[in-house]
Amino acid sequence: MTTSPAIQLEGVSLSYGEVVAVDNVSLDVPSGELHCLLGASGSGKSSLLRIIAGLERQGEGTVSIDDEVVSDAAGHTETELRPVGFVLQDYALFPHLNTIENVLFGMPDRKTSEARIKAEALLGDVGLADRAGSMPHTLSGGEQQRVALARAMARSPKVMLLDEPFSSLDVQLRAGVRETTLRILREAGIATVMVTHDPAEALSCGDRVSILRGGRIIQTGSPEVIYHQPSGQEAAETFGVINRLAGQRRGDRMKTSLGEVEAAVQDPNHPDTVLLRPEQLALVESEDGSCRIDRIFPEGSTVLYLVRTSEDERLYVRMLSTETLPEDSPVAVRLR
Amino acid sequence: MGVGCGTLLIGVLTAWLVTAFTFPGVGFFRWALLLPLAIPSYLMAYAMTDLLQFSGPVQTWLRETAGWSRGDYPFPQVRSLGGAVFILVLCLYPYVYLAAATGFLSLSASVIEASRTLGASSWSRFWRVVLPLARPSIFAGVALVVMETMAEFGAVDYCAVDTFSTGIYRTWMGRGSFVAAAQLSTCLLGAVGVLYLLESRFRRSAKFHHATQRTQPPAPVRLEGAWAWAAFAACAAPVLGGFLLPVARFLQLTVEGGDSRTGELFVGLAGNSALVAGVTALAAVMCGLLLTQLRRRAPTSSNRFAVRVAGLGYAIPGGVIAIGVLAPVWWLESGVNEAAEDVFGWSPGLFLSGTIFAVLFGYQVRFLAIPLNVIGAGFERIRSTVDDAARTLGASRLRLLFGVHMPLLKGSLFCAGLMVFVDVLKELPATLILRPFNFDTLAVRVYQLASDERLSEASTGALAIILAGLVPVVLLTRILSSAHAVSAVRGRDQGNL
Repeated sequence: MTTSPAIQLEGVSLSYGEVVAVDNVSLDVPSGELHCLLGASGSGKSSLLRIIAGLERQGEGTVSIDDEVVSDAAGHTETELRPVGFVLQDYALFPHLNTIENVLFGMPDRKTSEARIKAEALLGDVGLADRAGSMPHTLSGGEQQRVALARAMARSPKVMLLDEPFSSLDVQLRAGVRETTLRILREAGIATVMVTHDPAEALSCGDRVSILRGGRIIQTGSPEVIYHQPSGQEAAETFGVINRLAGQRRGDRMKTSLGEVEAAVQDPNHPDTVLLRPEQLALVESEDGSCRIDRIFPEGSTVLYLVRTSEDERLYVRMLSTETLPEDSPVAVRLR
Repeated sequence: MGVGCGTLLIGVLTAWLVTAFTFPGVGFFRWALLLPLAIPSYLMAYAMTDLLQFSGPVQTWLRETAGWSRGDYPFPQVRSLGGAVFILVLCLYPYVYLAAATGFLSLSASVIEASRTLGASSWSRFWRVVLPLARPSIFAGVALVVMETMAEFGAVDYCAVDTFSTGIYRTWMGRGSFVAAAQLSTCLLGAVGVLYLLESRFRRSAKFHHATQRTQPPAPVRLEGAWAWAAFAACAAPVLGGFLLPVARFLQLTVEGGDSRTGELFVGLAGNSALVAGVTALAAVMCGLLLTQLRRRAPTSSNRFAVRVAGLGYAIPGGVIAIGVLAPVWWLESGVNEAAEDVFGWSPGLFLSGTIFAVLFGYQVRFLAIPLNVIGAGFERIRSTVDDAARTLGASRLRLLFGVHMPLLKGSLFCAGLMVFVDVLKELPATLILRPFNFDTLAVRVYQLASDERLSEASTGALAIILAGLVPVVLLTRILSSAHAVSAVRGRDQGNL
């Protein structure tokens, strides 16, 4: 038996005048999954979130939530009637209401004592039981984010939408708030779509990740697949610089000047090319090495080297910073 | 032209002094320079004419002190074009002052510091950095002044200067020629339209400048010695001439004589004024809220255009609006009367133009811009994500309005209502043309008494109007000082980061 997805998008497109924000996107997100939409500014990820919430109406396509069509050419269910929770990027807490009033705002039975007990419990879940009477402006960024989450959870939504929920938090605060948020969402078992422009965040948080570019999803998959088996150069470059090497296919492997690699890293658009991440290569000191280190980019725990080969090709190689090599030194490049 | 130049000089100079320097009394002048806004220009004209005419206290004092008699000394005629310009400059410079001060305060300290590191002297910084950056705000203020001047009726009428406004009034009231009045109105409307477009353009560029800067105003420089007293005198003169002297004169006249029929008429007139002002304020705030809400909810170009058109009334002189209102009102009345006559054999008569409906409608057209601007500015402070959040939390449009927008806009709604209320109290030309018979307001009574040279009697009503006019000025100064406080807090927060 197959369960129908909590969120289902079929051929969804949205344009603002001449500008195409979302271009023929189809996506299924089952209950309990945390799905990350990863893309740069203007890639259409926030527009997609707003379409699911009903804040924008798509020009074409169908949106279904919990097995029910909420928007298509024939009709459009208004935002307020959809079983959706939305944590906005700036949290948008109501400045005239205190913390618990914010949480109570969306609850249909908000005037009852049961609702208040539930709101207090939600605030307890996010670690803010003692801030129930505080006004939003007195809360820190992390606290505001957690109130926004509790407020969105208070309606017991079928679907949770998070628009860059951690982007405005300090680095030190971010990990803690992220852990709390994801724990609560996983415990609730609801389908969650999170928008982010941070590749590391998408890989560490998402059960699956969709990469958006120019309003289109260019690849969807688990973090492992997305990272190690990019669908093409665009998808691969989402996670940083990438090396392109000429190769020849031999069965399920590709032969390159550095040795044989799996054919899965072949560029689908260029069958005679393989895509290799800098950490898939290694440098070896070698007096008679045919390559020279051109530039060094320290990254903290790792160092990125730009190496020039004897054929004047440029390769990026990532090594641990404990193994630093000097600029212009002769080296050999190996496959890991 | 004269009023524009005069207000530009006084407005920019005083704004620069109180924002860039500290000197004795600077805290007082920051808000006191706005006080002339509380005095309608026609009252200023009455007071100034009374003070400066041959038999007035100033010339009497001069003659007594110097032993002069008539013809021994030159003294400019107040009831002249020059006198009208002088009076209007004193009345209207606060518009430029306010716009320029806002422009100067929005300058970022870092811009000034950058110009210092590039070797610009204090004088050069003012001409090459401060003034060009604040220019759009200043020009917007001057454009408003010129618009007000063109719309001016009471003061120029009293100074016997012929303008479009007085022409419209006399053509209509004196000769009863609606067509000629409408033609004059159209000419005036065209000129005002050009100015309105200019003002909008300047305001847009001012916005652009503000949007590009993180504002933390530069720290004021302390003035010492003669410079400090010169600055004091430069700020004191417009406050003295534009507020203290006229108010003192009205007070003196009221104490010495006042309106002998105060007890008999005052309550009724004040009641009439309060009734029309209250109803207009309430209706204008409701219309303003609905229109701004519509523009926020569906910001289509047609909705934005409609709201813009609804707000044009403020740029249109009261007399022109009155003529404009009468045309459709008469058309409607005659249609209804004919139909009623045919069907019932009875006609309701002047059920619109003969009642205060026409006055209320005229005020609505004239003053709707105030709630549109004030509530619109309030809405701009509410991020659109707050609406999104409310909707994703299941709030209906009505709940969004009553549960979120109205509590957040409480201050703006109150402020807009109060400003309309006071503006209606002061309004003269539209009231004169549109009021039904035997319906007088305080402003009309004061105008009639002053026209009959019974200024002593007019002084009581004048003081009441000025007192009411002080309310929005106080509100304005509070808003300004809270803007100062916010920018100070922002500056402090940025410093901490």
